[in-house]
Amino acid sequence: MSGTFVGMPAFPKAAHEAVRNTTLRDNLRHATHTIRDKRARAVAELEDWERLREAGRRIKDHTLRHLDRYLVQLEESVTAAGGTVHWAADADEANRIVTRLVAETGESEVVKVKSMATQEIGLNEALEAAGMRAYETDLAELIVQLGHDRPSHILVPAIHRNRGEIRDIFRAQMGSWGRPAPDGLSDTPAELAEAARLHLREKFLRAKVGVSGANFMVAQTGTLVVVESEGNGRMCLTLPETLISVVGIEKIVPRWQDLEVFLQTLPRSSTAERMNPYTSMWTGTADTDGPRTFHLVLLDNGRTDALADEVGRQALRCIRCSACLNVCPVYERAGGHAYGSVYPGPIGAILSPQLRGTASEIDASLPYASSLCGACYEVCPVAIDIPEVLVHLRERVVQGGEVTRNGVKVRLRPARGHAAERAAMRATRWAFTHPGVLAGGQRLASRTRRFHPRSAPGPGRAWTATRDLPRVPAEPFRDWWRRTDGGKAGTGKGGAK
Amino acid sequence: MSGRDVVLGRVRRALGGPSAPPTTYDTDIDRGYLREHGERTVAQTVELLAENLADYRAVVHRCTHTDDELGLLVMRLLAERGARTVLVPPALPAHWLSSAGPTRVHDQAVSTARQLDRVDSVVTGCAVAIAETGTIVLDGSADQGRRRITLVPDHHICVVRVPDQVVSSVPQALSRLDPTRPLTWISGPSATSDIELDRVEGVHGPRTLEVVLVSEG
Repeated sequence: MSGTFVGMPAFPKAAHEAVRNTTLRDNLRHATHTIRDKRARAVAELEDWERLREAGRRIKDHTLRHLDRYLVQLEESVTAAGGTVHWAADADEANRIVTRLVAETGESEVVKVKSMATQEIGLNEALEAAGMRAYETDLAELIVQLGHDRPSHILVPAIHRNRGEIRDIFRAQMGSWGRPAPDGLSDTPAELAEAARLHLREKFLRAKVGVSGANFMVAQTGTLVVVESEGNGRMCLTLPETLISVVGIEKIVPRWQDLEVFLQTLPRSSTAERMNPYTSMWTGTADTDGPRTFHLVLLDNGRTDALADEVGRQALRCIRCSACLNVCPVYERAGGHAYGSVYPGPIGAILSPQLRGTASEIDASLPYASSLCGACYEVCPVAIDIPEVLVHLRERVVQGGEVTRNGVKVRLRPARGHAAERAAMRATRWAFTHPGVLAGGQRLASRTRRFHPRSAPGPGRAWTATRDLPRVPAEPFRDWWRRTDGGKAGTGKGGAK
Repeated sequence: MSGRDVVLGRVRRALGGPSAPPTTYDTDIDRGYLREHGERTVAQTVELLAENLADYRAVVHRCTHTDDELGLLVMRLLAERGARTVLVPPALPAHWLSSAGPTRVHDQAVSTARQLDRVDSVVTGCAVAIAETGTIVLDGSADQGRRRITLVPDHHICVVRVPDQVVSSVPQALSRLDPTRPLTWISGPSATSDIELDRVEGVHGPRTLEVVLVSEG
């Protein structure tokens, strides 16, 4: 994935710094609470929501099980409609392809629709290295780009910025990228949006090359779909002469009809609207309407590694709505940057370690960036059981085992730093498989309970820094059960009647 | 090895070998969800469309096809806007615009984005309108024109023939549309919620969307 995040500290350290930033916490709390309430109302309007959710899950699962077939079918459909299909195994290959395609047009600047895939591969940085400039045109992406910042939310990448900060960024930076901010720019959202309109208009009108991602690709027809709000997507998709779309291979749906599910669930889950303002659908090229040349770059970049994991592959159902971020108590407090990836929040915690592997400190810590409360699973419009995958990935981090990296099966070694946990689990397993030892240990613990410390020693200290150790009862449960015949023999110390 | 071979090879290994033809599509996918939400008469469906369009800040007008009512209404809307020029797609029905009014600009294949940017308003028809979501869909037919003409000008008047062009739901709309045409789904004027998730109408697309529901008189 993108080099932007190389060297990120582990989640707990990054989060520790973020939670002390009160502006950030206020911004995030305000934004996530607003959107989560609106989403709940939008979803409640559809009495068949659970059926739509189930249909979405099944369409995506079916597609993933036949992904090779549908990819080939999509390639045929797009080609027949006048497009050209390219395949990229990783970020470098995708960046090389796009850079070459832009160079072939003779242009040195591109306008971009907001796209997670191009952020994931660090396309802007790759183009810059080749002497080309990529202009982000989504308002939030523009704020991030002008502020030399990193995105912190899938849908609203500048969610960590409040209006005053945005005004300051526009005033200071717009001039060096093009049309400067209007004099006397205030911090009202309407004026800030107007400033962005004026700043970007000249770029849209002269653009020759557009770069996008896509929300969906229909294998049957070769149709690509981009869902958006501002109209910057429509500008980039229709005004340039050349359009290059970089799309993850998991974005396929088999048939045209399948869109009827996701076009109902995605807008309500992401922006909490019945329908987002603009949705563009295009199939290859049209004679006089829109770009004459269309390139589709199909991106793997770790997706097939996730596909090889039968528990983890459900993360590939994700339609990037960001509902799971907005309800997550950990995201709300830690913010998006702590996740060290363009995919923050609960979905990021299961996607990043699968796309990038768990070798780095940040990726090994991400499966732990959750309290496993399950709110993310409840709101997910394709029913990804995020807690299940988190636990699965924790197991992988602690125990190691066989995984697929870059298409090759490798055996992962247990992570360092979890030795005490493994030792404790080994001891527990031994005790639980030796009933005599367990009973003896429990009685010993009961008899010595007056001497137990309130916090755990050694590596357990961090755990008890914010919790009390549970008190050991005066009598082990099994002794009480035997003595009172399961509570029937009158009141015992356990208090049963 | 080409990127294609690498990616397809990885997919097949991940699945434990090349996958079987997807003949289980129909049984795998449970379409137990509704084709439309709630029961409504035709008139109620049109009413819902008007409500939902207005809810997302489109300005809704109604008229009948008789007595040149539509042409006069469109002229009035253009005049109120102060439009001096109005863009028209290749085959807008003649009576949608009365002869007086702003200068008509005909979109041509060679019209550049900058030329379109100088036009004040655009008038088009649509392919279908969706009541439950307050959405109009354009498919580039001759009364709608290229996608860019409804994008660059700041004022869009869209005429919907009711009840013929109105459906209740997203599934019904998709089954009416042709995927080979370039499609634009429009639900209200452009908007953003990128600043503190506070909704602002009007960013890059037309900042004013007026929808005229015209019924056969």
